[in-house]
Amino acid sequence: MPVYDSVLDLVGNTPLVDISRLSPNPTSRILAKLEGQNPAGSVKDRVALAMVDEAEKDGTLTPGSGQVIVESSSGNTGIGLAMISKVRGYTLKIVLPENVSEERKQLLQVWGAQIMFTPASGGSNGAMREAQRIAAEHTDWWFPFQYGNQANVKAHFEGTGPEIWRDCPEVTHLVAGLGTSGTLVGVGKFLKERNPAVKVWAVEPPAGEMVDGLKNFDEGFTPPIFEANGGQDLLDRKSIVRPRESIEWTRRLIDVGIFAGISSGAVVAGAHRCAAEVDGAVIVVVLPDGGWKYLSTGAWTGDLDEVVERAKGTMYF
Amino acid sequence: MTVEVRLPTVLRQHAGGMSSVPANGDTVGEVFDDLVRQFPGLAGQVVTAEGTLHKFVNVYRNDDDVRYLDKLGTKVSDGDVISILPAVAGGTG
Repeated sequence: MPVYDSVLDLVGNTPLVDISRLSPNPTSRILAKLEGQNPAGSVKDRVALAMVDEAEKDGTLTPGSGQVIVESSSGNTGIGLAMISKVRGYTLKIVLPENVSEERKQLLQVWGAQIMFTPASGGSNGAMREAQRIAAEHTDWWFPFQYGNQANVKAHFEGTGPEIWRDCPEVTHLVAGLGTSGTLVGVGKFLKERNPAVKVWAVEPPAGEMVDGLKNFDEGFTPPIFEANGGQDLLDRKSIVRPRESIEWTRRLIDVGIFAGISSGAVVAGAHRCAAEVDGAVIVVVLPDGGWKYLSTGAWTGDLDEVVERAKGTMYF
Repeated sequence: MTVEVRLPTVLRQHAGGMSSVPANGDTVGEVFDDLVRQFPGLAGQVVTAEGTLHKFVNVYRNDDDVRYLDKLGTKVSDGDVISILPAVAGGTG
């Protein structure tokens, strides 16, 4: 084991674990990539670090300057950015929907981030719009805008994708969550370049059901990085996984010893559907974070109906 | 085939305030044609004049996004649920 210069050197290189015991099909394997092993606890450490590195490289940010960074997040990107800001010497302001889990809020505060809340009804969409408004007002602040920042895709194209290929070149399917689309687009593009037969399945929460207040569809949003990287041609399938199924699968992961977040339950539910449909598949599923941040939701120990109701009002993806 | 179409809040004003309506057709496109016959105010809202899905609309057949199936040609069966949702910034992050 080498001695690392910085905790930031621990970002990436996450383990792939065989969880085929959860596969409904004896001929199809499921392998889970545990992104909760990243130092600030989620896949978003990769994205946060890539965006900051890129901004330092092009001179936008200077380490130790105390410059202000403003970003919208439902938690994980914020937490990753907060840890990096602490290490590199920046001031971070995070625009966050008020209905994220208590642990997500506290973790941001642990790293010294300042939080600005947006109404629960607007979800991530509302937080993003508010961050865009604030960034336009404060042109001296740096707004990474993860939905439109190519470094988000690059982090996965140069990191997560090659790691999966190195550890499992026999992969036939990638299953991952769709939020900013960074993981799916970056990893999907890398794997399809190596083997065009690889299929990419996206899993999403029913976000559009949760967001109120849209006046018409023209106020909708598709991440610019999804468009810019031909996301529509990269995906082979996209399905909604609802809160109940997400929590049921978060609990089933415990049977194979994996304590992961609720969005991990959602993507494993997607991998399970994939395995049920496809014989002989080798499915790599990206589990975005660990379970720690969701203990207060009672996801593992509470009455399932009550937990599901609570989850409907909480940003967990 | 008769399916249930679930409408998002932004469309309910054009459908008598209803959140769910039955409609007929063999494909998602035919279901939408029937929907517009029932509620002419929905014309152009989900399917554009060019006959494609509106950019910021996601349509699901039992939770599968039809853009990655056969788009408006996606076949439906009796009892399927077709959900129309606005495309919004997602969660992860």
